[in-house]
Amino acid sequence: MSVQAWTFVMVALSFALYVGVAIWSRAKSTGDFYVAGAQVPPLVNGMATAAGWMSAASFISMAGLIAFMGRDGSVYLMGWTGGYVLLALLLAPYLRKFGKYTVPDFVGDRYYSQVARVVAVICAVFVSFTYVAGQMRGVGIVFSRFLGVSIDAGVVIGMGIVFFYAVLGGMKGITYTQVAQYCVLIFAFLVPAIFISLLLTGNPVPQLGFGSTLADGSGVYLLDRLDGLGQELGFSRYTDGQKSTLDVFFITAALMVGTAGLPHVIVRFYTVPKVWQARSSAGWALLFIALLYTTAPAVAAFARANLLTTVSDAVYDDVPEWFSNWEATGLIAFDDKNGDGRIQYTGPASPIENELTIDRDIMVLANPEIARLPAWITGLVAAGGLAAALSTAAGLLLVIATSVAHDLFKISFRSTMSEKSELRVARITVGVAVVISGYLGINPPGFVGEVVALAFGLAAASFFPAILLGIFTKRMNSYGAVSGMVAGITFTSIYIAYFKFIHPELNTAEHWWMGISPEGIGTLGMLLNFAVAAVVAAVTAPPPLAIQQFVEEIRVPRQSS
Amino acid sequence: MPPSLDKQAYWRQNLVYLGTLLAIWALVSFGFGIVWVEPLNRIRLGGFKLGFWFAQQGSMYVFVVLIFVYVFLMNRLDRKYEVDEREESR
Repeated sequence: MSVQAWTFVMVALSFALYVGVAIWSRAKSTGDFYVAGAQVPPLVNGMATAAGWMSAASFISMAGLIAFMGRDGSVYLMGWTGGYVLLALLLAPYLRKFGKYTVPDFVGDRYYSQVARVVAVICAVFVSFTYVAGQMRGVGIVFSRFLGVSIDAGVVIGMGIVFFYAVLGGMKGITYTQVAQYCVLIFAFLVPAIFISLLLTGNPVPQLGFGSTLADGSGVYLLDRLDGLGQELGFSRYTDGQKSTLDVFFITAALMVGTAGLPHVIVRFYTVPKVWQARSSAGWALLFIALLYTTAPAVAAFARANLLTTVSDAVYDDVPEWFSNWEATGLIAFDDKNGDGRIQYTGPASPIENELTIDRDIMVLANPEIARLPAWITGLVAAGGLAAALSTAAGLLLVIATSVAHDLFKISFRSTMSEKSELRVARITVGVAVVISGYLGINPPGFVGEVVALAFGLAAASFFPAILLGIFTKRMNSYGAVSGMVAGITFTSIYIAYFKFIHPELNTAEHWWMGISPEGIGTLGMLLNFAVAAVVAAVTAPPPLAIQQFVEEIRVPRQSS
Repeated sequence: MPPSLDKQAYWRQNLVYLGTLLAIWALVSFGFGIVWVEPLNRIRLGGFKLGFWFAQQGSMYVFVVLIFVYVFLMNRLDRKYEVDEREESR
């Protein structure tokens, strides 16, 4: 069977699975719809959290990014996993004790303020839409490359599937489809990684193969070979960093804290029955995530080594089929500048001019073909990429719907709404959000890639400090929290907007303040939020006694007998 | 012991656990993986330079262990102060 036929089979099977699961787990109440009735076992919740967290970016782009960044790629690895330690230790158990449905719920109740609630709703909706547009685009790219349909048609098919199970099942449907999607995506990521690790190093465990000697009998370690190859071709050494230590520090911190502040991650901890399960499900989530995240840097190194040895100085007319396939999509481009018919792939330090441009996003998708693995594995990888994109999109859409239906409509404007009509509003909002995100996927605003930094920066500079202070200080009042959030958001968004949109030509290290890139500025925004909140709270009246009692209550799982 | 004192002791012990575990969290990631990555790179772990290994592998393994250690410590603490939820009827 051809790659295309295999891809079709794998994708069709996985979609049939998701639809079946969705029908089996329909939502019957708002509790079901928002938090799956708070009846999800920790291990299942951990798996669903992992699937919802690992997006098209984690599955498709991350290993490719690392392959080109070398050691600096660790900002994503540590940044997108370290946040779970913060979640498990500082936020999840207390938010579970609080109960209810959303992050704005907590902010609004703890700070007894509708202003705080509305600020939180706006942040949640903005962050989620930023993210979801990228997911839909990822779905479109996978469809167009592997099934030969247009990117737009791919987006519409993806929308149809998400629409079906998110509107029907709400959080309950999403949770159980995410479990199925986790299984598909982790299998699809690990199988080619194991094969390639075996081929390159003879070790079936990618995490170990990464640090092993090459299987070509030379006895040279893979990473040493990469360092050497890179230097020969004028790139930097793979295990060396390019970014400044301070910037790496700030980016890692912003991604960690941003992860812990993202509403579609936090909301998952409302779905387990008990406080201790909120703690342990964060552990399961990170274990399931780490399975992919510790494999990704190995895949990155394998892909880099394979790429350098395959294309470097190859005769253009003899290139393998995958090269021509990806050339057709425009994601690989070769320009024979010196007219010798060979591909010169070189770095900035080389005297020979580079003739090849490669889009980093294709590394994971092309990897099985580069390593000449059987066609069914390529089909599996396509299904895995779709699983990653769809599971994340569904979780985000639900946050948008919950924020609008629950926080805005019910709490802020129409507190008399019955449960039945609230459920209807939630379903309609999910439907509308699916259509908007599909539109954004088909007509991507040029800034989708740019605003991901903004999403993490804003989550780090707004939610995380507000929630943390709400749990760990009884003295924090609404004035402090609101002014802290506003200061953090304003500072972070102005800094990012200045370098990304107003003066993109100045977006280089020498113009950044203290050398901190826009990706890392959320860390500073967070510190600013903490400082402003502390000062304002110190000079204004403490929160009412009932609120201080509320804080005491969420700190313990239950009253002692 | 009055319940309020109980609760304070429970919370203080929780803060001690948090402080210790977060110190390890920061040490392996920001410490070993970022600040001291170059000096650690002089030590080798098979094919890995140690600093590089912490940045791309080791820190993540430690993160997973830290959460499960916290789960274990807090379950024990919850039982000690009789604030655990498991005995409730379900």
